[in-house]
Amino acid sequence: MDIPYTVKNRPDTGLYNGKLGVWLFLASEVMLFGGLFSAYIFLRTGVDDWPAGTEYLDVPLATLNTLFLISSSVTMVMSWASLKLNDFKKYKLYTLITLLFAFGFLVIKYFEYSAKFAHNPPYLPSTNNFLGIYFTMTGLHVLHIIGGILVIGYFYGPGSKMWNSDPERFTNRIEIVGLYWHFVDLVWIFLFPVLYLL
Amino acid sequence: MSELTPEEVKHHIKTYVLVFIALAFLTIVTVGISYLDLGHVGGIILALIVASIKGTLVACYFMHLLDEKVTIYWTLIATVVAFLILIFVPLSAMLDHARI
Repeated sequence: MDIPYTVKNRPDTGLYNGKLGVWLFLASEVMLFGGLFSAYIFLRTGVDDWPAGTEYLDVPLATLNTLFLISSSVTMVMSWASLKLNDFKKYKLYTLITLLFAFGFLVIKYFEYSAKFAHNPPYLPSTNNFLGIYFTMTGLHVLHIIGGILVIGYFYGPGSKMWNSDPERFTNRIEIVGLYWHFVDLVWIFLFPVLYLL
Repeated sequence: MSELTPEEVKHHIKTYVLVFIALAFLTIVTVGISYLDLGHVGGIILALIVASIKGTLVACYFMHLLDEKVTIYWTLIATVVAFLILIFVPLSAMLDHARI
C-alpha cells in the first residue's frame, strides 16, 4: 500500500504535505509540554518554599547535555544541507554524529537518574513536588529523544535507500525529521534553566 | 523552505555554524546567570530571556522559520495563543489566592 504524498510544494498551502503535517504535530507537542510547564508554574507558585534545582540536580552534567543537544541540532541541519548539495557521504557522517550526540544525552541522563535513585533516601517522583515534576518533564523529553533516535536511525540505515530512487522525497523527509529534532532541542533549552537553575 | 541553489545552501551552512557558536555561548551565559545574585524574580526573568533568545535562534535558523510560508505562521500564531492561555491559567489562580 502506498500512502499518498506530495514532493513539490502545493499551490494552496505553499508546502509539501509532510511538512505541514509535521508542523501541525509540533503544534500539538507545544500544547503537550505547555500543559506540563503550566503545571510546573501552578506547583511552584502554590507554595512558599520551593527547592533550588541545585539541591537535587547536577548542573555540570545538564550543561554538558545541553551542549550535546545543540551540537546534535547543528549536525542534523548539516545533514539536510549535505543532501541539498548532493553529498550523500557527508549526510551519512552528519547523521551518525547526530545519533552519537543523542546517545550521549541518554547516557548522561541515565547517570543522572541513577544518582537520584541511589541516594539515601532515594530521590523518587513521589519524594516531593519538585522531583515529581522534574521526572515527569525530563522523562517525557527522554521519550522524545528515544523516538528521534529511532526515526533518525531508520533514515541513517534502511530508510536511506530512498536516496537512490527518489532523492527529493528523501531530502524532504530529512528536513521534517530535522524539524522534530530541533523542537526536542528547543524544549530542552527551556527545561534546563527552569528545572536546574531557577 | 523554497528551492535553494548550492551557493545559497553554502551560505546557510556558515549561518548554522555561527548560530551554533551563539547557542553554546548563551548556554554558558545561562549557567553564569544562575550564580549571580540578581534576586529571585530578576534571576528568573533573565534566565527566561536568554532561553527565549536561544529558542528563537533555533526556530528561525535551524527550523528555517524566517523563510517559511504564511500557512506555518498562522499555525504557529494559533499555537502561541493557546500556549499563553495555558501558561496564564495558573497565574490567574495565583492572583485569586492573593485576593483571598
